[in-house]
Amino acid sequence: MRLEGRGLVDRDRPVRFSFDGTDYHGFRGDTVASALLASGVRLMGRSFKYHRPRGVVTASSAEPNALLTIGSGAGQRPNARATMEEIFDGLETRSQNAWPSLRYDAMEVNDLLSPFLSAGFYYKTFMWPKRAWEALYEPIIRRAAGLGALSGETARDENEKAFAHCDLLVIGAGPTGLMAALAAARAGADVILAEEEARAGGRLLSEAEEVGGLPGVQWVGSVLGELAAMPNVRLMERTTVTGAYDQGTFGALERVARHVREARGAPRECFWRIAAKQAVLATGALERGIAFPGNDRPGVMQAGAVRTYLHRYGVAAGKRVAVFGNNDDAHRTARDLAEAGVRVLGLIDARPGVEGPEGIPTYAGARVTGTWGRMGLTAIHLDGAGAPRQLNVDCLAVSGGWDPAVHLACHHGGRPVWREEIAAFVAPEGAVPGLRPAGAAAGVFDTGGCLADGVRAAGEALDGLGLTAPDVPAPEAEAGGYRVTPLWQVPGRGRAWLDLQNDVTVKDVKLAARENFRSVEHMKRYTTQGMATDQGKGSNVNALAVLAEATGRTIPQTGTTTFRPPYVPVSISAMGAGASGAGFAPERRTVSDAASRAMGAPMIEAGLWFRPSYFPRAGERTWRDACDREVKMVRGQVGVCDVSTLGKIEVVGPDAGAFLDFLYTGTMSKLAVGRVRYGLMLREDGHVMDDGTAARLAEDRYLVTTTTAAAGQVMAHMEFAAQALRPELDVALTSVTEHWAQFAVAGPEAGRLMATAVDEMPELAFMGCTPAVICGVPGRVFRISFCGELGFEIAVPARYGESLFRLLVSQAEALGGGAYGMEALNVMRIEKGFITHAEIHGRVTAFDIGMQGMMSTKKDFIGRAAATRPGLTEDREELIGLRPVGAAKAINAGAHLFAEGAAPIRENDQGYVTSNCYSPTLGTVLALGFLRNGRARHGERIVAEDGLRGHRTLCEVTGPVAFDPGGERMRG
Amino acid sequence: MRLTCPFCGTRDRREFTYRGDAVGLSRPASTEWGPDWDDYLHNRDNPAGETRELWYHDACGAWIEVTRDTLTHEVAGSRPVAEARR
Amino acid sequence: MRYSGFRVLAEGLRGQRGWAPVWRDPEPKPEYDVVIIGGGGHGLSTAYYLAKTHGITNVAVLEKGYLGGGNVGRNTTIVRANYFLPGNQEFYSHSLKLWEGLEQELNYNAMVSQRGIIGLCHSDGQRDALARRGNAILAQGDDAELLDRKGVERLLPFLDFDNHRFPVYGGLLQRRGGTARHDAVAWGYARGADRRGVDLIQRCEVTGIDIEGGVVRGVQTSRGGIRAKKVAIVVAGRSSQVAAMAGMRLPIESHVLQAFVSEGLKPVIDNVISFGMGHFYISQSDKGGLVFGGDLDFYASYAARGNLPMAEHVMEAAMSLMPMIGEARVLRSWGGIMDMTPDGSPIIDKTATEGLYLNCGWCYGGFKAVPASGDALAHLIATDRPHEAATKFRLDRFATGRGLMDEEGTGAQHNLH
Repeated sequence: MRLEGRGLVDRDRPVRFSFDGTDYHGFRGDTVASALLASGVRLMGRSFKYHRPRGVVTASSAEPNALLTIGSGAGQRPNARATMEEIFDGLETRSQNAWPSLRYDAMEVNDLLSPFLSAGFYYKTFMWPKRAWEALYEPIIRRAAGLGALSGETARDENEKAFAHCDLLVIGAGPTGLMAALAAARAGADVILAEEEARAGGRLLSEAEEVGGLPGVQWVGSVLGELAAMPNVRLMERTTVTGAYDQGTFGALERVARHVREARGAPRECFWRIAAKQAVLATGALERGIAFPGNDRPGVMQAGAVRTYLHRYGVAAGKRVAVFGNNDDAHRTARDLAEAGVRVLGLIDARPGVEGPEGIPTYAGARVTGTWGRMGLTAIHLDGAGAPRQLNVDCLAVSGGWDPAVHLACHHGGRPVWREEIAAFVAPEGAVPGLRPAGAAAGVFDTGGCLADGVRAAGEALDGLGLTAPDVPAPEAEAGGYRVTPLWQVPGRGRAWLDLQNDVTVKDVKLAARENFRSVEHMKRYTTQGMATDQGKGSNVNALAVLAEATGRTIPQTGTTTFRPPYVPVSISAMGAGASGAGFAPERRTVSDAASRAMGAPMIEAGLWFRPSYFPRAGERTWRDACDREVKMVRGQVGVCDVSTLGKIEVVGPDAGAFLDFLYTGTMSKLAVGRVRYGLMLREDGHVMDDGTAARLAEDRYLVTTTTAAAGQVMAHMEFAAQALRPELDVALTSVTEHWAQFAVAGPEAGRLMATAVDEMPELAFMGCTPAVICGVPGRVFRISFCGELGFEIAVPARYGESLFRLLVSQAEALGGGAYGMEALNVMRIEKGFITHAEIHGRVTAFDIGMQGMMSTKKDFIGRAAATRPGLTEDREELIGLRPVGAAKAINAGAHLFAEGAAPIRENDQGYVTSNCYSPTLGTVLALGFLRNGRARHGERIVAEDGLRGHRTLCEVTGPVAFDPGGERMRG
Repeated sequence: MRLTCPFCGTRDRREFTYRGDAVGLSRPASTEWGPDWDDYLHNRDNPAGETRELWYHDACGAWIEVTRDTLTHEVAGSRPVAEARR
Repeated sequence: MRYSGFRVLAEGLRGQRGWAPVWRDPEPKPEYDVVIIGGGGHGLSTAYYLAKTHGITNVAVLEKGYLGGGNVGRNTTIVRANYFLPGNQEFYSHSLKLWEGLEQELNYNAMVSQRGIIGLCHSDGQRDALARRGNAILAQGDDAELLDRKGVERLLPFLDFDNHRFPVYGGLLQRRGGTARHDAVAWGYARGADRRGVDLIQRCEVTGIDIEGGVVRGVQTSRGGIRAKKVAIVVAGRSSQVAAMAGMRLPIESHVLQAFVSEGLKPVIDNVISFGMGHFYISQSDKGGLVFGGDLDFYASYAARGNLPMAEHVMEAAMSLMPMIGEARVLRSWGGIMDMTPDGSPIIDKTATEGLYLNCGWCYGGFKAVPASGDALAHLIATDRPHEAATKFRLDRFATGRGLMDEEGTGAQHNLH
């Protein structure tokens, strides 16, 4: 029921939205919960386990019951808290976890069965027959479980992530946070003030209190006005700080445009990483309930939330209200409601002898022992001297006391500290470096105290920043007055709920204790207490108090469970913003990318790079047609291939040679200027890391290449060797991968093609390199080959790369050749027995690939010692080639090798196939693989067994090199 | 998490790559495999507390030694590996 | 007390008053035949199999916190046997077989759910590697199916096949893989061990290991000294500290692995999905929460909590692979302490001290190993010979280089596996 003349909503801005297909009205500034309450709607959801009818309990992000699904299709958001969703015109909301409707939910049958569905019952049954778990029980349980539903459609990637930096992060803009921000801002600190709610003010928006002689809301406005005028302050409303991480890093979720229909280019949400030198935890406190029988009906609400609906939204949560509490704060609800003209039938205070506000029937020492009303509260049962047996009410405001919102202070594993006088855990000091709990989060439960504590915390933070705290007097406000006598549960007939969403009752916790799940962690895990979407914010302390009593321990002895981020749930689309589609990883494109695509080449991933698979020509029906043609073209005429993706590192300095001797198994220091050598790099553990070439460009300058995949790893490895292992060597390393475009030109006509591109092409012996002028551009030419033909690699600065590629391809085509792609390159390297990361997969040694002879014994190098371990040289699987015996369509990569006639079981496993191809050059399929002691077994027959694809091939073991074993073609 | 590169200043952890314990700076001189190599490559004190460890600052290419607490993640300091070797 | 559907019904009718404690809380005795340090999944299953298979019941499990409070209570609950290197192959195969009969074995519903696990590949090379793995799994006698893109589409139509940065080429399916209810596994083994006479002693921290003349004699604890003929260290996450009490320095570095669970949702993901290129994996629990994770944070840590970079990377992988879960919200994150070894594979072995046994180094594969690890360690303790499924988990393999099981091929850097 909306009350005239109250609340902070904008009465001039009516808003229309829908809930379960029915239109409702509210005002700008309303949440779905406040607008529905104003319209007399109490039933807003169903509980998780028993599907009990439920209404809104809180006015905060800790809401356990009123979870809705917002929108539909790609934008559908399940499990939205009605208490946090601001309404706008056209907003569509639906109830969830009920079928066929919220009012008539078939799954409510669970509630009838609840005597059998006690905590952990499922661990004790559903075990027979053995197959029935997956076939029968589990599917039923899965369908019944869950809360809201995803739409199944691709979620829109309309969120963002951002970094922010500040001197002081103030978390929470209630009285404590506002004063802390004000004091720090006046001292000149860069301040971020983050407030979860749509408007700053904290409890001052929810109370009828004065601050500094002004109504609370006006005082808030004046402070915000001053802060807004200061350039060193950033107020972030609708921003929940979700986690405290290391070195002052905080995660925060800003709901930038969740509250409007059109985002107008803004992200819906922004996930912030805030790096703060200091922080003040001014998160306030959360009200807790009391576990009395029947405490879950729609209409049973937190007393503080009832005040919030009254003062902030101008909504009476009921027409006939009772208040039940164990602390002075509950009295305010009775007082404020009565002042607003709402009928307050009784204030039930469990503490004997207390007096209530004037004019309100107060039943001291009484308790609520039962409730009525299936779809909403109609009456409560009382027990206590002088109290009536029954009150007919539609709303019961309950306060079991307040729990400081300690969560962020405990995210580093610190435990909250029990304070007996307020019967609550408060945030620990110093548990998160630089984070100072203040105000209600630190157990200060009156406004005057909070204002002063905000100034105090800011002063300490300013000290830490080396700034001088200004003299900011805390304004006058209410002080003192919070007294509480713990009341965790009220015994009686019927279930008394702790965790409302997960339907955990007092009885469940007692059962856990009886079954010896006495540790608070055991209790939590056994009963699911605190594991719902609110993470037990309104119920955990009650539950552990019940556990403490059941196990004969105190509350601090019983302890709490662990607080973990996020403080409120954060959408995957916010924390993962920007990553859908191609956004997940950078796309690296070579200079020839556009030209290759223009030629119709399908591009495939090679690490983060894209490389052409093949270059189709008219009449070719499959990739194999193109691949075979490209192989023949290179072997017969000439081909051009972009190899720019290979890592390139320049090693410069007087000790460059000695440095490379330390990195490679072979000796590079003796390499003559103008020569190139193949090199093998080991990891320090003696296994092969990478292979590539080292070209000596000058006495003190080498250019080292790496494989595409390992470029980054090799660079870091070389830097480590230079800085950490051999700092005495005078050498500098520069990655130049992106600086140079490099193309392989290979085939019998390669020399002719080179002559058309290179001005004055010099004579270049095999494994030679030279500076050259390419179409007038200074570049480099190497005579190396990865396909076994007469081959060159030609390098120019990247900005000339595309032109050179186009030129080389057109010249090659004029010579009967053309561009070739990865498929053809792969075929030719298999024909030649050259290895790639299919073979050097991290578990092979130089011995395995037959390169033990390249391991110098005359010098130290990385991996030398470890490679001599017995296990790295004895009884190894060694690189071999495979050819089919007789006709065969394929030797599948991934097949395992077994002796003829041997069963294909692990005990008989002899090795495996790493690479395979059809060789158009040799007219047969070929493969490379590893075979136990394979070098001694050339000529043997072996079966390549691919049980996965039902394929087996009888093969002959050969050496790895199938084509031109003497290398005459590439030596020329 | 934020770490300090001695050359670039304090930066977000995502600019850095972790390698392992600073024992990595004490590479055995021997080219023969032995217990010293086993300790260098494999065995670790692995303290639950203060540790010295090696990080690579991807952005500038510096290898640094960071003194950090593995229980609290507090960072006590960092320096170039060349200094740490001395 | 035997659990059954009938019993649940009967207790429902009488107000749940008849349930007995699931385990006792005994005072430690002065001496045991075997003391197991660590009341996590592996320690509890070791105790269970010692009692059940070998009839050794004079056993104490010493736990400094609460039973099942380590990584068995903090993981993503995946069960599988899809390794491809000898040593791991036979071990996880054995473990999966034990999982398959676990409820009946323990009379406790650990909710082992063989929902199928699918690893995706994104290039020809990755498909070849998956095929190699799949054929190894078949050779071991376990199940594996190679899926092409269409096969993956049939099972996982919600993946972003068209926009995805790393297009899905196919996948490897193991139908017998799946998930289990992690806490229930610990509790089931604990209850089974307790019922066979094993003393489960909580809040009992081991502070020293007594060794005389190279022979173990017992342990010192926060609740006094306890003599023992044999002592087993089964304390993943604290292995280095406890082993140091026996003068050992282990090939282990401790790292944090984060995982995440979303709010409850109606069923959307049936299988366990592993996205190797994004270091991301996900399943949906019976309660409806999406349970997912990624890679290590990559720095040494005992803090049992992580930082944002890896958390965000995991969410980004999710958005990339399956943006239909974008509006699911992360409810909770946690971090486990992983014993990372130089080859990514575990250790179950004797030590240089007679009577002292070591079970550690599970990296992030410990949960699925719980049954076989306990079985194998119990066998080793009882017979002083390695279990046939765990002959390769030797402590000295790094020194000799023999039988290294580097499944990832990333080499002897602890955090890279």
